[in-house]
Amino acid sequence: MMTGATAVAAALVVLPLLLIFGFLMYQGASAVNLDFFTHLPKPVGEDGGGMANAIVGSLVLVGLAACLGLPIGILGGLYLAESRDRRLPWVARFLADVLNGVPSIVIGIFAYGLMVLPFRRFSALAGGFALAVIMLPIVVRTSEELVRLVPSSLREAALALGIPEWKVLLRVVLPTARAGIITGVMVAVARVAGETAPLLFTAFGNRFWHQGLDEPIAALPLQIFAYAISPYDDWHRQAWAGALVLIGIVFVVSLAARIVTSGRLSGVR
Amino acid sequence: MADGILVKQLNAWFGPAHVLHDIDIAMAPKAVTALIGPSGCGKSTFIRCINRMHEVVPGARVSGSVRVEGQDVYGPGIDAVQIRRKIGMVFQKPNPFPTMSVFENVVAGLRLAGIRERAVLQEAAERALRQAALWDEVKDHLGKSGVSLSGGQQQRLCIARALAVEPDVLLMDEPCSALDPIATAKIEELILELRGTLTIVIVTHNMQQAGRVAETTGFFLLGELVEFGVTRELFTNPRDKRTEDYITGRFG
Repeated sequence: MMTGATAVAAALVVLPLLLIFGFLMYQGASAVNLDFFTHLPKPVGEDGGGMANAIVGSLVLVGLAACLGLPIGILGGLYLAESRDRRLPWVARFLADVLNGVPSIVIGIFAYGLMVLPFRRFSALAGGFALAVIMLPIVVRTSEELVRLVPSSLREAALALGIPEWKVLLRVVLPTARAGIITGVMVAVARVAGETAPLLFTAFGNRFWHQGLDEPIAALPLQIFAYAISPYDDWHRQAWAGALVLIGIVFVVSLAARIVTSGRLSGVR
Repeated sequence: MADGILVKQLNAWFGPAHVLHDIDIAMAPKAVTALIGPSGCGKSTFIRCINRMHEVVPGARVSGSVRVEGQDVYGPGIDAVQIRRKIGMVFQKPNPFPTMSVFENVVAGLRLAGIRERAVLQEAAERALRQAALWDEVKDHLGKSGVSLSGGQQQRLCIARALAVEPDVLLMDEPCSALDPIATAKIEELILELRGTLTIVIVTHNMQQAGRVAETTGFFLLGELVEFGVTRELFTNPRDKRTEDYITGRFG
């Protein structure tokens, strides 16, 4: 009886994802072809074309965000988990939770004020910065939780070997928490890969190939948004295809991370 | 000449709790000393004061003096990391590093101290594993994860890991309490073989074990060292009434 109820609940949890995926396949699969991955968008009225620039742009933006957000986030999480001080970690943890709740459009405005206005131009850097800010609290908090899960007996074993504390953290504690931290990182990457609002007035979008980090850059969610609100059937189909590709990218990245971390010598799960 | 472990007027605290009172003890070099006593009597805290692991716990404090092989452990300007390099430690529960293979576990202390030469590491690993009587069982799968071994093998791996850095002293904190009798017998055999190579201090709940492996034994009660002497005499002819009560099973 209980088993049945839990099984039904589990099925209901997976159902939305399957429905979304099925619906996207139905609407978008027909527009996904080689051109979609290799060509620039065509002007209105011309058939074909693709979103290659937006796919590349999204990868660049997420890459920038990861370069900025991951080292800070993971080291910050390590600090929160290891610090013996009480007040500062408490404040930092609270602020990270608040930051996690700030609507992404607000973070976009913040990045606009900090990275766009002073330079008088939209840029990939500003977009990557906004995404990094969104990533930060997720990475900090999951890293902290997973570092806490590392048994203190391992830390003691390493310290008793005469290994300095910072090396114990980097070479024993962090690798033990690695598998879990990578899962947390993937959640953060998946989350920012789909963000649209903070990119509207930072990365801005671009109908051409990526032209440098200080120039506006295309992104899949932006392109989907622009195509979906257009009046053209052709563009609608491409928007569906874009959504399908976006989900596909997130799926492949998560899967790759799982495979990489399920290796023989993975630590705490 | 080496002079073992010399402790004078050692006191230790956890925050406000005073857990060790004026401990004076002189442990002979290259001998095995056992420390017995009921749970919570301070024997684990005591050995953690020898390699400065006590201070790892927030709020912990120590006073008094500890000299290991002539070196003042709490001397001014002495780095705890340097002290721990010369004093190996084995814990109650086997704790191999789960992300490392058998080989990587054994050489972890050397590698993290900056030694990279493959040949040196390999030689050290084989020597330490032989010393820990584990070589024959693992020599064909040094690349396997350290945590894939059985509990007794894991504990001997931890002993090998401690021995690989060639310490002067090996501290063992109830090393057999999580092991079955056969694994326990192996570890005891190993302790007897190591006798004469380095100074060993073993904390144990098992009085027979103390009798089997140690030349000298100390009895701790409520944070005090009640009695310390030759093992056989302590067990057959204790000087203190409290020791007699404990070893005859009247409490604890």
